[in-house]
Amino acid sequence: MQQTRSVEVGTGLFVLLGMGALFFLTTQTTGGDDFSADETYTVEARFENIGSLRNRAPVAMSGVTIGRVTSVKFDRVTLEAVVGFVIDAQFNQIPDDSDATILTSGILGSQYIGLQAGGSDTYLEDGSEMLFTQSAIVLENLIGKFLVNAGSGGED
Amino acid sequence: MNKLLREIYNNGIEFVRTFGAFQLFFMRLLRHSPGILIRRFDLVIMQVFNTGALSLVIIMVSGLFVGGVLGLQGYSNLARFNAEDSIGVFAAFGLVKELGPVITALLFAGRAGTSLASEIGLMKATDQLSAMEMMAVNPVPRVLVPRFLGGVIAMPFLAAIFSMIGLFGTHLVAVELLSVDVGAFWQQMQSTVELEDINEGILKSIVFGVAASLIAVWEGYNAIPTAEGVGRATTRTVVITAIAVLIFDFMITAVML
Repeated sequence: MQQTRSVEVGTGLFVLLGMGALFFLTTQTTGGDDFSADETYTVEARFENIGSLRNRAPVAMSGVTIGRVTSVKFDRVTLEAVVGFVIDAQFNQIPDDSDATILTSGILGSQYIGLQAGGSDTYLEDGSEMLFTQSAIVLENLIGKFLVNAGSGGED
Repeated sequence: MNKLLREIYNNGIEFVRTFGAFQLFFMRLLRHSPGILIRRFDLVIMQVFNTGALSLVIIMVSGLFVGGVLGLQGYSNLARFNAEDSIGVFAAFGLVKELGPVITALLFAGRAGTSLASEIGLMKATDQLSAMEMMAVNPVPRVLVPRFLGGVIAMPFLAAIFSMIGLFGTHLVAVELLSVDVGAFWQQMQSTVELEDINEGILKSIVFGVAASLIAVWEGYNAIPTAEGVGRATTRTVVITAIAVLIFDFMITAVML
């Protein structure tokens, strides 16, 4: 009987350790969810180019994450990218003329949406659309422009 | 010439026959599995202990050192691009998706697979299986199925433990030894690794667990009942499991990518 008991204890410990490891992997290595809010409101923004912005990318204001991208769609009429994101409901005093820019965190980092406060008296609310947006900077385009400038500069 | 062709033909038929018998054997184990899981769970627990808990030491030590090597190698390579902060991402992807399941499966074959195969082979060689049949006890559900299920249950846990310990090993080398920033290490990992990556690792470890346990039980059950036969079955278990695991790994990665 003692034999079975130690086997059972050993197995129990092993399974608990395994579940702990799975839990650790799913919670500690993924997500990085510094954003979790019970109540949110949804805002949309249209961009000419979103670069490599992905679903679940953070939405930050002054560097603090206040929301998360929930959908990236393409408008077939206006040929623009339509990005939907949610913002924590407690931040309900963001002027509706704020502008949204797609930024990159670090050199190799992932892209996120940065909001820059505007000066309007009316605030963003559920279903609003951002008026001012700036597209992502695509490195190839930037280099292309630089080369064209350098080339035309050389002819003068 | 004619003789050679006949030889090739016979070997081909034999190969297909063995493969078919293997599939039927798998089906037989699966058919008995639900019954054993419900009625004789104590037998399964015993085997989870034998294959899982007793493999913990080798898995944890290997995981720690594999993670440490990832830290060293990753650091020296990433430092060339001034990207040593990304070492967490590098190690997490490497461990969770590939090294965790694959190395665990190979160690599992060496530690647990061989003991399963030799145990069953020896039972057969000493006529214990025949004795069971004489007493109208079917050895498949009584002996084989619990061992198979024990391995299948233990393998995902072992792989997860391996990955977790491996990450700590990388942390130890990269952060404590090579002074990579601890915040960047975990933060970059968390913002890059997705739940799908973890799921891919879990899927792989389940598939490898089924493959490794099945091959071990099959080899033991079909061992030639002599000392030499049992020894050969043990060797074949490791060789076939290693090949099967690496092929499955390639196929799953190709499909999931």
